[in-house]
Amino acid sequence: MAAVPKAEAAKWKLVSCDPEKCTGCAVCEYICSLEKENVFSAQKSRIRTMRLHPLINISIACRLCSPAPCVTACPRDALKQSEQTGVIMIDDEKCDGCSWCIEACDYGAITLHPEKKVVRICDTCEGDPECVKWCPEEALDFVTRDIMSQKARLAVSKKLFKEAMEAKGIQP
Amino acid sequence: MLGYAGRILHVDLTSGKIWNEPLKEELAKKYIGGIGLGMRLYLNYSKPGVDPFSPENPLIVATGPLSGSMVPTGGNGHAFVSKSPQSFGVGEAKAHGHWGTELKRAGYDAIIFYGKAEKPVYLWVDDDSVQLMDAKYLWGKSPQETEDAIKKELKDFYIRVASIGVAGEKLVRIACIINEKTRACGRTGLGAVMGSKNLKAIALRGSKDITVANKDRLLELVKTQHERMKGPATRKYRTLGTPENVLVLNALGAMPTNNFTSAVFHGADKISGEYLNERFVAKIIACSSCAMRCEHIAVVPEGPYKGTTTRIEYEPLWAMGPNCGVGNLDAILKGMDLSNYYGVDAISIGLIVSFAMDLYKNGLVNKETAGMDLNFGNHEAMLEMIKRVSTREDFGDVLAEGVKLAAEKIGRGADKYAVHIKGVEMTGYDIRGLKTAALGYAVSFRGADHNRHGAYGPDVAGKVNRFKAEKGRGKLVKETEDLYAIIDSIIVCKFSRGTYVKGYQDLVALYNAVTGIEMSPEELQKAGERINNLGRLINIREGLTRKDDTLPWKVMHVPIPDEGPSKGSFVSQEELDLLLDDYYEVRGWNKEGIPTIEKVKELGMEDLAYIVEDKLESRKMPTKMEE
Repeated sequence: MAAVPKAEAAKWKLVSCDPEKCTGCAVCEYICSLEKENVFSAQKSRIRTMRLHPLINISIACRLCSPAPCVTACPRDALKQSEQTGVIMIDDEKCDGCSWCIEACDYGAITLHPEKKVVRICDTCEGDPECVKWCPEEALDFVTRDIMSQKARLAVSKKLFKEAMEAKGIQP
Repeated sequence: MLGYAGRILHVDLTSGKIWNEPLKEELAKKYIGGIGLGMRLYLNYSKPGVDPFSPENPLIVATGPLSGSMVPTGGNGHAFVSKSPQSFGVGEAKAHGHWGTELKRAGYDAIIFYGKAEKPVYLWVDDDSVQLMDAKYLWGKSPQETEDAIKKELKDFYIRVASIGVAGEKLVRIACIINEKTRACGRTGLGAVMGSKNLKAIALRGSKDITVANKDRLLELVKTQHERMKGPATRKYRTLGTPENVLVLNALGAMPTNNFTSAVFHGADKISGEYLNERFVAKIIACSSCAMRCEHIAVVPEGPYKGTTTRIEYEPLWAMGPNCGVGNLDAILKGMDLSNYYGVDAISIGLIVSFAMDLYKNGLVNKETAGMDLNFGNHEAMLEMIKRVSTREDFGDVLAEGVKLAAEKIGRGADKYAVHIKGVEMTGYDIRGLKTAALGYAVSFRGADHNRHGAYGPDVAGKVNRFKAEKGRGKLVKETEDLYAIIDSIIVCKFSRGTYVKGYQDLVALYNAVTGIEMSPEELQKAGERINNLGRLINIREGLTRKDDTLPWKVMHVPIPDEGPSKGSFVSQEELDLLLDDYYEVRGWNKEGIPTIEKVKELGMEDLAYIVEDKLESRKMPTKMEE
């Protein structure tokens, strides 16, 4: 498998979830399955919600790993990663549902389509993910890793300087 | 008929026989789903006069037509229906979460349970594979422990479980049914009916597709709903949550305190929504498909109850707080947690404790009988009593019958302190000074309740003179009752009610887009009226009459004592009669509150006319009996 040039991978955008904001409503699952399969079905959604505890909620979709363990694991070369977008492309003709990729994925971001018996992975809706548009809490974002870390820096800075800013009457 | 699964699951717990039956389109259209469909199925499959704990009393759970779809708050509801062991009339209670979604995904609109299992069992519904499982190892466990244990046994984290706690097992008459650990079908004691059947839990896994009739139209409607849900209509639920009521009602002199002794609580600042959110609320989470999210998860930060994590709403906060004279939020949250742990209605349990405290204060129960110092405000005693009632321990065994039946057992005028309607304990509005609400509470078919009518709305908002009983209130109550019946049958969340700005038109648009049925707003409204009449018909069949449309003794005899706007207010028998006469007339019922044959026929329930026929005849009503 040809390694993806680093410069390309930096431009890839993925669906990321802020667990602070996520309420576990599963609207992302509903809209994903409707968009992709024309039905409401959690099993057919490419993004899945997880409520570990009332205080711990998160939605998980493909992380666009590079190199991608799912691609490496596939014994039939059914999975390929787009150099341009990082999306894992599935060749339904080659995929036989063996599920090695599911085991290889650390995030549980791959599911087996219950009827077609081929795997399904977030394709970012061609770079315009519906789940991000519909998330009522704006907990989902479609971002590069660079922006992801920038967001974290913003959040932590705001938290650190909250009191100082309030004292000076500054609105961040 | 999309949206509906088109199937009803029948489970005979006595024989272990399990079968399916198609859901008839006529039934679906007439009774919509949820409590409407559930009550109609109850009528079809039960015998009059059955004891609520008899194996012959069926227990029904139904989803709504929107369950499983993306309709915000509509995707997730379910309602239990049976004969209530508290009111001995119709019992129904609804909950949200993710459980209703899963039942629909498994391919069922409703489940009907008959009979009684020989040993404790739970029902495992895995799409078309349905089986009764051994629940001996779950007996004695809390709903939360039960859920975890079943997920472990069946090895699937996404399985959804609704179960009873120890209270349901022990037939505590205020036992509830809890799904996803914090969501409860709380009222009217249906957890005890489930317990009487040796049915510990219902576990679900559904993988069927939910297909809607008009995808594009639905998405358009959902988009609008999402926008409305971020607007002013849901502000209260998204910010402070229902505990915002504490300061609002207290200022109006409408927050019952010390078991309806007074209507103002001194110390409200320390239990207010503001105080709660500032210090306790760690996160607000949502049910499946919801775009507003309201479930305030509170965590006790310090002290003996440190770490207690629970959902909290105004009603239980009030019931175990001001209503018991308790101003300690740590203890109230612990009380909420215990209610979920034992599986009791967190409203009724507060009223039972406050009833016992009132008896103690007035010398009807002494320390020896009570087993503790039961003064109002003693929060440790409150928590201990929650446990004793829920496990039927000592004096708790008497109280576990609910305030009405417990008062009958205790005698000596204890009934004056039993604050209930039709055997179901009151909720947190002091209706002595909210007279539209007083009517709504009196006629509610499931007993004392604010959720059957929301008739406190015009009173609290100042749209009517809340201290006056007058003609016209009947119409107000009827209108909200009919709407609320639809909300509980189509199953959307009551907290979303303000987002249906065009009322039935908005609701029917969602219904039509999902189901493909072309229903008009008028037809949906008619269904709301039909469902209210249906509740009434069940109660009439079970022997309830006008005299049951009454109010707690204190509400009718003890004027509000507190200085302030509500001072001196109460509801006299004359006022109640005036309100009832007005309401019955608007409903098209006779003076005794019995629907006329014409009304029953007009609503398309000719087949139920038998329930009212002889009762109308004996009253010699000027009704044409034959056409």
